[in-house]
Amino acid sequence: MQADQSEVLDFFRRHPPFSTLPDKVLGEVANNIEVAYYRAKSDILPLGQDNHQWYVIRSGAVEVFRRDGQLYNRLKAGEFFGEQSLMLNRPVRFPVTALEDTLVYLIGEETFNYLFDNFEHFADFVEVEDQTRLRQSMLKREDDNNLLTAKVATLITAIPVTVYSTTTVHQAAIRMTEENVSSLLIIRSEQDQTDQEAPVIGIITDLDIRERMVAQGLSSDIPVADVMTSELIYVQSNQFVFEAMMLMLKHNVQHLPVLKKQVPIGLISHLDILRYESQNSLFVVRSIFSAQSVDELAALTQEVQGCFTRMVHQDANSQMIGSAMAVVGRSFKQRLCELGEARLGPPPVPYCFLALGSMARGEQLIVTDQDNAIILDDSFEPKLHDDYFRTLAAFVSDGLALCGYSYCTGNIMASNIQWRQPLAVWQQYFSQWIEQPSAESLLHSSIFFDLEGVWGQTKWAEQLNRFIRQKAQKNPRFLACMARNALLRTPPLGFFKDFVMETDGRHTNSINMKRRGTAPIADLVRLHALAVGSSARNTFDRLEDIIEAGILPPGRGLDLRDALEFIAMVRIRDQAVDVELKREPDNNIEPENLSDFERKNLKEAFQILSSAQRFMKFRYQLGRVN
Amino acid sequence: MFYLAKKQFAAQGDAILQGKQLDWSSRFALLAKTSKYPALKAFYQQGVVPPSTLISEVPMVALDFETTGLDPNQDSIVSIGLVPMSISRIRCNAARHWIIKPETRLHSSSVVVHGITHSAVADAPDFSSLIDKLLGCLQGKIVVAHHSPIEQRFLNAALKRHIHEGIEFPVIDTMALEARFTRSIRKIFWRSLLARQSESIRLTDSRTRYHLPYYRQHNALTDALACAELLQAQCATNLTADTPIGAIWS
Repeated sequence: MQADQSEVLDFFRRHPPFSTLPDKVLGEVANNIEVAYYRAKSDILPLGQDNHQWYVIRSGAVEVFRRDGQLYNRLKAGEFFGEQSLMLNRPVRFPVTALEDTLVYLIGEETFNYLFDNFEHFADFVEVEDQTRLRQSMLKREDDNNLLTAKVATLITAIPVTVYSTTTVHQAAIRMTEENVSSLLIIRSEQDQTDQEAPVIGIITDLDIRERMVAQGLSSDIPVADVMTSELIYVQSNQFVFEAMMLMLKHNVQHLPVLKKQVPIGLISHLDILRYESQNSLFVVRSIFSAQSVDELAALTQEVQGCFTRMVHQDANSQMIGSAMAVVGRSFKQRLCELGEARLGPPPVPYCFLALGSMARGEQLIVTDQDNAIILDDSFEPKLHDDYFRTLAAFVSDGLALCGYSYCTGNIMASNIQWRQPLAVWQQYFSQWIEQPSAESLLHSSIFFDLEGVWGQTKWAEQLNRFIRQKAQKNPRFLACMARNALLRTPPLGFFKDFVMETDGRHTNSINMKRRGTAPIADLVRLHALAVGSSARNTFDRLEDIIEAGILPPGRGLDLRDALEFIAMVRIRDQAVDVELKREPDNNIEPENLSDFERKNLKEAFQILSSAQRFMKFRYQLGRVN
Repeated sequence: MFYLAKKQFAAQGDAILQGKQLDWSSRFALLAKTSKYPALKAFYQQGVVPPSTLISEVPMVALDFETTGLDPNQDSIVSIGLVPMSISRIRCNAARHWIIKPETRLHSSSVVVHGITHSAVADAPDFSSLIDKLLGCLQGKIVVAHHSPIEQRFLNAALKRHIHEGIEFPVIDTMALEARFTRSIRKIFWRSLLARQSESIRLTDSRTRYHLPYYRQHNALTDALACAELLQAQCATNLTADTPIGAIWS
């Protein structure tokens, strides 16, 4: 007789994700486990050990640690661990120790993979509960349902074209050409219809005609019903845009009929969704370029803020928002340069207007300084030409200030003659900074090393970037100095892993998320990027290059990405709330106003930053500096 | 039994080995020669680990019987649960559970205990048809049971009835171990001072002491699993991995 582990089975039945599995499967799982008992304080999964089993806690509790010994998570009965090393097929990265006397049920690798591959709910649950909690928290913010408010109905731009199922493919193709559409909805033929409703029974696309008729050598006289896709994936008009997106991704389809009470009212394609994502910022950008004066530009500030908050509501990630805001900022600069040139006449020598810092990285938000500079042609002669560029720079800078980009407090602006120099001088600047780093130049470096040409001879900006890249990589001492500099801004965590508030007096109970969070991450990622010779400018893109270069310990790059995303999103959401409440948005958040969930994840994100800084210190050997 | 600290346990094991402890290896060798029944002969021929073997290296099998009553000569086995194990792992995938047609009448009083009813045993196999499989499962392993005399005596009696040969083997008795660990002289002394009852060493109560989960009792397979887990917990708590098996078997 087959052994039947009824106690084990009962336990599994009571706990998700097992409870989602069919009973028969569960019985198999229960009968194939192994069992192990661990006394409190003993190691269950040591760091670096190969693991081929999935651990489900039957009773007791365990602690999961980071490699550096920091507590990462506590798990209790019904929870599980070890899935990460199984899924990634890697040695244990998060060692586990028994907190109490603990009994675990062990599920073998093969069984785990079988369940993971065959049961969607199970896999989703395991992934959500996985160490990537932080990552998931970005996708799934239960506390912020209002962020997901964009409905499918808003995407519909045209009434769908329908044909009866008895229509021939030839007729259908003619219809598609006439209507200039790439797909048709197929509805039940007249005689089959039971009432006034016309239930959709399928869809046909250009591709179907090509693949299922032409390529098969079939006659175009066959009815569309023979080539249509009849297992119709559709979306209801009151569903959310992101749900439509998920459906398309999941079923790998590019068109989704939109139904309202069974009646097709539209058809959306993946292009509609893409367009929708960028529509807001594109609209603003169009308005910027059609503005005829600085005043008209300044009047767009509200549109920019509106675009920002809309993107937040549509649940865009920080990279999308950051790049959209950077495009907007760049457009302001470009239009101001155009308007300036229109007023002052053509430039006496060619020049390149530069964006520096967050705008250059494509990480701009709505609260931002204007950091900019000008590269002039080497034929530049101050006496002859500088009047023009001084006036132009002042015009652009004043204009930006009116449009909501406050003057740079460090005076890193093209209106400062120090930052309005010929290309050769810029190259000298960077040579000197890299070869003989000084305290002052290092403070600038975090701004100047992210530069992008926005107007004029933008190729010079590329040239400078290449120059910096090649030079910095060969100068370990410079990298060490950069590292030391990057350590000046630390995450706001105290000895007891609690938040340390700002002490500047103005925001007594707050944390400056830029100074303490996104900026230090950008700093350290830039340093690694310079070290690996990455040509990317965006911090997320740089992280990809760094991960690929393999200089970080495994997993750290992803952790850092998640930490940045989380900190950036907390900052972004806080700013969006400020905008909506008509308060002046800033970079400060009050931890007291955060939910427990956010506070917890924020601490975790700051801890990731903290350990990344320690690694940076180690990697660039700060001892060498002096 | 004297109270012994964990460190002293190994020393005590050695003392037992040198003293009156049965020499199971010689005993098995002898029985292998005299035994006539092939499966039983094979069981003895497989031999037994030397008593100095570390507990962490001993293959074991947790065994539990449900019976029609308490007298091995009057009553018989109605179900057998067994789970192969070691000190670090219990292997449910190799577990076995058999319901057996009892040779004697199924008392309604015992039905209440193990829940195996007359209809459940109607189509069940006879004990004789399972002898070879059962002995095969035990072969080369040390039997673990909670209150082992039940399993030892019932198996011995059943084999005598069917193949006219009894069986002897070393066992690790988790109940006896628990008595050793909880009812030390010193503990008993303090407890009598405090006028408290000595701690229960029944399976469920013993498990609770090691924070093991509650399992419903009297299903032979569940009880075997529960006993296996208890032994792991007892060893993890009271012994070290280099304790010799001779210190805990009998």
